[in-house]
Amino acid sequence: MLRTIIVSETRLRLREGLTPALAVALPLALLLTFGLLPHAASPSADLGGQTSREYIAALATAVAFAVLALTMLPGVLSDYREKGVLRRLHATPVRPTALLVAELAVMAGASLVSLALMVGGGRIMLGTALPRAGGWFALAAALCLLSMLALGTLISAVAPSGRAGNALGVLAFFPSMFLAGVYTPYDTMPHGLQRVCDWTPLCAGLRAMRAAWSGHAPTAMELAIMTGYGLVATIAAAKLFRWE
Amino acid sequence: MDGKAGGAAVIEVAGLTKRYGGRTVLDGVTFTVGRGEIFGLLGPNGAGKTTTVECAEGLRRPDGGTVRVLGLDPAAGGPELRERVGVQLQETGLPSSLKFGEALALYASFYRAPRDVRALLADWGLEELRGRRYGKLSGGQKQRVHIALALVGGPEVVFLDELTTGLDPQARRATWDLVRRVRAGGVTVVLVSHFMDEVQELCDRVAVLDGGRIVAAGTPGELVERAGGASSVRFRLRGDLDPAALPAVLAAVPEVTGVERDGRAVTVTGTGDLATAVTAALARADVVVADLRIDRRTLDDAYLALTGRPLDDDA
Repeated sequence: MLRTIIVSETRLRLREGLTPALAVALPLALLLTFGLLPHAASPSADLGGQTSREYIAALATAVAFAVLALTMLPGVLSDYREKGVLRRLHATPVRPTALLVAELAVMAGASLVSLALMVGGGRIMLGTALPRAGGWFALAAALCLLSMLALGTLISAVAPSGRAGNALGVLAFFPSMFLAGVYTPYDTMPHGLQRVCDWTPLCAGLRAMRAAWSGHAPTAMELAIMTGYGLVATIAAAKLFRWE
Repeated sequence: MDGKAGGAAVIEVAGLTKRYGGRTVLDGVTFTVGRGEIFGLLGPNGAGKTTTVECAEGLRRPDGGTVRVLGLDPAAGGPELRERVGVQLQETGLPSSLKFGEALALYASFYRAPRDVRALLADWGLEELRGRRYGKLSGGQKQRVHIALALVGGPEVVFLDELTTGLDPQARRATWDLVRRVRAGGVTVVLVSHFMDEVQELCDRVAVLDGGRIVAAGTPGELVERAGGASSVRFRLRGDLDPAALPAVLAAVPEVTGVERDGRAVTVTGTGDLATAVTAALARADVVVADLRIDRRTLDDAYLALTGRPLDDDA
């Protein structure tokens, strides 16, 4: 039953086209644009000694996670609530929870496609090294994705309409991007700003993935920040989510 | 309340009360629906019709009273009951890019023993809509989709809430035919409506809700009658008959409650099937009349008499 809903929702997201654009085209454009600049393969002092290609692959992964979880997921779920899709499910033997779980699975799936594209596509197209600490990278990516999905669900829980869901998502998305160092690399930020960024989950996620790519373990603080945001947002979303 | 359910009771609602905030929305609603009936819940907007059926569907929890659907408590919320009940709700929809055929197949997968989707599409003449996206359907087509979705689980009871609101007259009539076909398939139908013609046309029995209470219940005919002397028959006597003979002819007709005569113009008032009874009596006495006019009281008049205001006065 859940599988049928996941298949159906996947088909809808592919048909509407926005999800594949965000999950595939956006990170790929970032990777190729910045990955093909001159000197992209040499270590950069501005990026703490990381190559620009590895940096941009990790960054595009984090951007894809954030855009799918923070804007796409609330857009879809609050639209479903507003249109009465969730309410209609209430009157069937399946509960609307099944649709929520299915939507999370679809967004997680799309995020993993982005991740595979950045790691595998970077390797094939640009010759970028695979993450050197593979296990740590998997853990960092998983926690980053889960914390983003939890925040996206919380936004869906409080957004009264599809439009509001989108708006709130975008409102959460752009500051997250800035604080994660997407516009100005973390490494070149002033010290004070870095301390603020350290407390945000997307920044922690990106730093953890970058570290693992370079072969280092993420810090306990980074892992704890992602886990903490994920847990708190999940509990709050479970308390606040309204089906109609 | 009289107007007992015909078959075994499929829905039993007793003393149902519901409050939102401090406001009492339902105040002791009681009715039963028999198997195979089309039962109407009639009343103006805000009368509590939708809240009543939502309690029966398990979407809302009553504050007081008991509700049993197929012998089960909807508030206990078991999937067991939802397997056997189909609903068409107000203000519900489907994802706009979902195709109709996909929606039916998806909803069919929710039930243990669903109807065959192909057969359902064929039965309802919906094959041409199969590949159409929900967002591209007209209002009437959407209603047909929602009736089909209500039936796809093979339910014993369906709730149809404001089925024809917003439809043009032709689409309304077509939808009424669909409802009759649902019942012909052995399904009990609860129809929520604020259209008198719809209820009079479709329902075996009706409960009239007003201000959270049931103010009358029975067959549409009973309601009309109870609201006071249903109809009148007017005619003119032909010249060759002595008008004085008329009272004797009509005195023996039990349906007649009054006869007024003004020269050769006669107005007979009464209850029940007055027109048939009067014309039969006149024919037996070889009384020839002209300009026969029947003024039938309708459910509209009954509603006005019961609630003190016309039905379409929603405000």
